[in-house]
Amino acid sequence: MATFNFDLVSPDRLVFSDAVDQVDVPGTEGDFGVLAGHAPYVATLKPGIVVVHLGGEQRRMVVIGGFAEVSAKGLTILADMATPIEDFDGAHLATEIKNTEEDAADAQDGRTKDKLEHRLSQLRALQAAVVA
Amino acid sequence: MASLKDMRNRIASTKATQKITKAMQMVAASKLRRAQAAAEVARPYAERMETVLGNIAAGIMGLDSAPKLLAGTGSDKVHLLVVCTAERGLCGAFNSSIVRLARERANALATEGKEVKFLCVGRKGFDQLRRLHGQQIIETIELRGVRNIGFENAQKIAEKIIELFDTGAFDVCTLFFSRFKSVISQIPTAQQIIPAVVTPQSADGPRASYEYEPDEEDILAELLPRYVATQVFRALLENAASEQGARMSAMDNATRNAGEMIRKQTLTYNRTRQAMITKELIEIISGAEAL
Repeated sequence: MATFNFDLVSPDRLVFSDAVDQVDVPGTEGDFGVLAGHAPYVATLKPGIVVVHLGGEQRRMVVIGGFAEVSAKGLTILADMATPIEDFDGAHLATEIKNTEEDAADAQDGRTKDKLEHRLSQLRALQAAVVA
Repeated sequence: MASLKDMRNRIASTKATQKITKAMQMVAASKLRRAQAAAEVARPYAERMETVLGNIAAGIMGLDSAPKLLAGTGSDKVHLLVVCTAERGLCGAFNSSIVRLARERANALATEGKEVKFLCVGRKGFDQLRRLHGQQIIETIELRGVRNIGFENAQKIAEKIIELFDTGAFDVCTLFFSRFKSVISQIPTAQQIIPAVVTPQSADGPRASYEYEPDEEDILAELLPRYVATQVFRALLENAASEQGARMSAMDNATRNAGEMIRKQTLTYNRTRQAMITKELIEIISGAEAL
């Protein structure tokens, strides 16, 4: 199977960089899979789990927010936060959810409130997925 | 002429100072290692960010719909200089050289008839700019309690800058910080971050035309603030490493100078002591002879 280069970087470190078979990415407009030779593509990410397929093996990584860019050189994910699922700290996510809840409760205008509630549901979905 | 006791005290105090500078040098050395590592791990993100932005920007540069953060406001009347310095002194010319660069730029802009505003990150820069440019400083951000600079710190500063930009407080934003080249060499640097300076990807080869999801505007609206934050973050990290490097060499010099002073003082002390002994002996002998 053809491989391509996948880099996962967060502001404080390079989390993953290697040749892979396939990567499943949680995009804001729906999850998508990237294989070698994918068309150039840019998407924003929602909080979720990136699944990396590497020679029959699967590695799962939690990302919160950011971008994915597919170019001829491969796939690059610029995440606000990224960790392998084994090292993921659930408490951090819990506080994030709590903060968002508070913000949503305080939000005055409808659009911000919608936005925050949307984000809240994404974060909750991630929490459920991590625990499962 | 100082008495022997005074001299002993002076030597003891110089020795105490030397111990302090030596300790500061060692602390700076270990902090430098950490700061350098932090700057290094942050590099891939900044580099990839630039590539991605360059790719996308190449496609929409020159369009009317290009966001202001990328294309600018169309004028360059008001300049914002973001001066990043340290919170502490005793690090050689580190703070002064950043401030000097910013001040030179400010004066050059002023003679061109442009308006200049300052935003200070770090207390030392504020202290130095306050005297001459007190009126132009619109905001000071202190990073006193911050032990390790995180992305959140940079994000807060970036949010502030973008908020000012959105309210039309300035047209062009330049970041001043010190680039870490080596322990003995830090280079004060000015970098324009708004409008973003992107190097479009090399013209050779077919340029990738991207699919966007959601559309281009939404992506750029998210990407650009993050780009600003990344640049600020990088400046802060470079600065942190530079500061420790500068402090290390400043303290190394201070330790060496103190050693030299101790050597000279000890020499004078010993000479004076010897002279006094000789004098006393002469007094005793001439006293005995007189009998």
